[in-house]
Amino acid sequence: MSKKVLVLGEAREGALRNVSYEAIAAAKQISSGGEVVSVLLGDSVGELANELGKYGADRVITVEHPHLKQYTSDGYGQALLAVIEQENPEAIVFGHTALGKDLSPKIASKLQIGLVSDVTSIEGEGDAAVFIRPIYSGKAFEKVKVKDGIEFITIRPNNIAPLAKDDSKSAEVSSMSVDITNLRTIIKEVVRKSTEGVDLSEAKVVIAGGRGVKSEEGFAPLKELADVLGGAVGASRGACDADYCDYSLQIGQTGKVVTPDLYIAAGISGAIQHLAGMSNSKIIVAINKDPEANIFKVADYGIVGDLFEVIPMLIEEFKKLKVNA
Amino acid sequence: MNIYVLVKRTFDTEEKIVVSGGKIQEDGAEFIINPYDEYAIEEAIQVRDAQGGEVTVLTMGGEDAEKQLRTALAMGADKAVLINIEDDVEELDQFTAAHIISEYLKDKNPDLILAGNVAIDGGSGQVGPRVAESLGINYVTTITNLEIDGTTVTIKRDVEGDTEVLETSLPLLVTAQQGLNEPRYPSLPGIMKAKKKPLEEVELDDLDIDEDDVEAKTETIEIYLPPKKEAGKVLEGDLADQVKELVHLLHSEAKVV
Ligand SMILES: Cc1cc2nc3c(=O)[nH]c(=O)nc-3n(C[C@H](O)[C@H](O)[C@H](O)COP(=O)(O)OP(=O)(O)OC[C@H]3O[C@@H](n4cnc5c(N)ncnc54)[C@H](O)[C@@H]3O)c2cc1C
Ligand SMILES: Cc1cc2nc3c(=O)[nH]c(=O)nc-3n(C[C@H](O)[C@H](O)[C@H](O)COP(=O)(O)OP(=O)(O)OC[C@H]3O[C@@H](n4cnc5c(N)ncnc54)[C@H](O)[C@@H]3O)c2cc1C
Repeated sequence: MSKKVLVLGEAREGALRNVSYEAIAAAKQISSGGEVVSVLLGDSVGELANELGKYGADRVITVEHPHLKQYTSDGYGQALLAVIEQENPEAIVFGHTALGKDLSPKIASKLQIGLVSDVTSIEGEGDAAVFIRPIYSGKAFEKVKVKDGIEFITIRPNNIAPLAKDDSKSAEVSSMSVDITNLRTIIKEVVRKSTEGVDLSEAKVVIAGGRGVKSEEGFAPLKELADVLGGAVGASRGACDADYCDYSLQIGQTGKVVTPDLYIAAGISGAIQHLAGMSNSKIIVAINKDPEANIFKVADYGIVGDLFEVIPMLIEEFKKLKVNA
Repeated sequence: MNIYVLVKRTFDTEEKIVVSGGKIQEDGAEFIINPYDEYAIEEAIQVRDAQGGEVTVLTMGGEDAEKQLRTALAMGADKAVLINIEDDVEELDQFTAAHIISEYLKDKNPDLILAGNVAIDGGSGQVGPRVAESLGINYVTTITNLEIDGTTVTIKRDVEGDTEVLETSLPLLVTAQQGLNEPRYPSLPGIMKAKKKPLEEVELDDLDIDEDDVEAKTETIEIYLPPKKEAGKVLEGDLADQVKELVHLLHSEAKVV
């Protein structure tokens, strides 16, 4: 049976996040030929609607309201519930982002439905869809089915491939007005700490440094390598605790979970809590001067050596590769 | 202030995980308080010490969870509640867990509820916000700082590395993120005192919950371990050659750059 699937589009600093396109691909699979409806919430989001069509959304509904300029669970909750009531979807897909994690349980509770969080892949289509998600900090996986009611999932960024962009496609865009009242939370200020450029949780390449990087300046070559590869810089908690970098870069059980195509760990020993945040990366490279370091156990390729020698050489080699390409 | 902390007994994920018959083997495994819930307990104790009141730690699970509740009491919580579902519930999901916890809390008038932002085993992060929504109170997730002045609450929360500063009011549920505080270890006198602190045990019958009302909405059909990774390749030879080889492998073999 084909299904109508609602997808939450998420914008950040005026641009759609990649996970919004990934969510459309997930929705297509669940819908099995049904309709995929994207929802965009904000104070001014109309211009972004067309992009969603190019990635496969059949329809886009925008809800614009001054109270939706910043995310609050109350504001977004009221807007989404109004859309859900109007559309009656059979499935809902959000990104498993800070916003998606905060909002999805509220909606699920309100609708008295199940919610499968942090899905990394989907098997089967339509009614046969089964959701796969990591459990036990990534050490095991579970396959979950929704028994009855709306199928509601959040997907982990960077795991489900978006559909190829098709500029000839467009979605039918409509706007909906919703009364948004009684916000119980007032956002006073947002202190941006995350570095400019590529978003760590969505980056295809992550260059991560640990205590072995030894200082704040020590991160400069890692940043340069990330720039050459169009990637982002990450860190272990060891490096964050030592003040070499900001906690916003921390990867692991208590930091971000990343699954890039390429993860380069430099001067990171590979503690279990660090592995929880990166072990599902496609290819892992370890650079460490200790041949016994645990990180080599999960690495696809390893170099035993001083990162301050290896990284600059890597930068040169990758630059050559780019020139020849 | 009437403070509740939601505490989950979790599998220590530092342990080796063994799956047999489609289930995680729990025999002989180490169980701990979910690490994020330790931050929640610590914060609750600090709020009580500053503002007065009482901290109750609450867990839903089996008899075995008494150990984790005693640890929380030894840290300084005043009372504990175990909602024992062992004999009543077979299939359990986040809907079930949140529903049962909310039914217990609905007539307790908590001013502040603290939870972890995610359990390191189940990993959904749903239970806190679901409980708040069922109780009709506001919630704020992944908090790193909490200040309470009368009924006004000022919070810093972590949003993918950025810090959001916000204001809200009691009653409120918050979920703890790393950085909120440094959880204390139970002291020896604390451990002695904990043995005498009240630990109430309730079952679904006591909460007037019918088993059918809490039937799970989702179903786990299989649990499995990720395919074993082939041992990686540690490169050899002159360092400059290793670097060249690595770049070549990443480009031609792994095709990731
Ligand atoms: C509840 C809890 C949660 C945690 N959450 C996280 C988390 O989310 N993320 C996280 O990362 N950690 C986390 N940790 C901490 C974790 O246990 C480790 O302490 C931490 O990951 C260690 O960081 P590190 O590898 O940078 O440092 P270390 O373990 O000190 O390793 C440094 C490595 O650098 C190598 N090295 C030194 N100099 C050089 C050089 N010049 N060139 C090459 N290599 C060099 C050394 O051989 C060593 O292997 C958590 C711990 C707890 C208890
Ligand atoms: C007896 C028993 C049987 C179970 N059977 C199944 C099963 O058949 N299938 C299945 O999928 N799962 C089963 N579970 C696991 C259970 O479904 C989940 O662990 C639970 O729903 C919490 O979800 P989570 O781990 O994602 O927690 P999260 O939502 O990530 O937890 C976030 C926070 O919520 C609070 N919290 C979570 N759980 C509890 C709790 N139990 N008590 C108090 N506070 C809590 C804590 O503060 C925690 O930090 C079973 C658990 C028990 C105890």
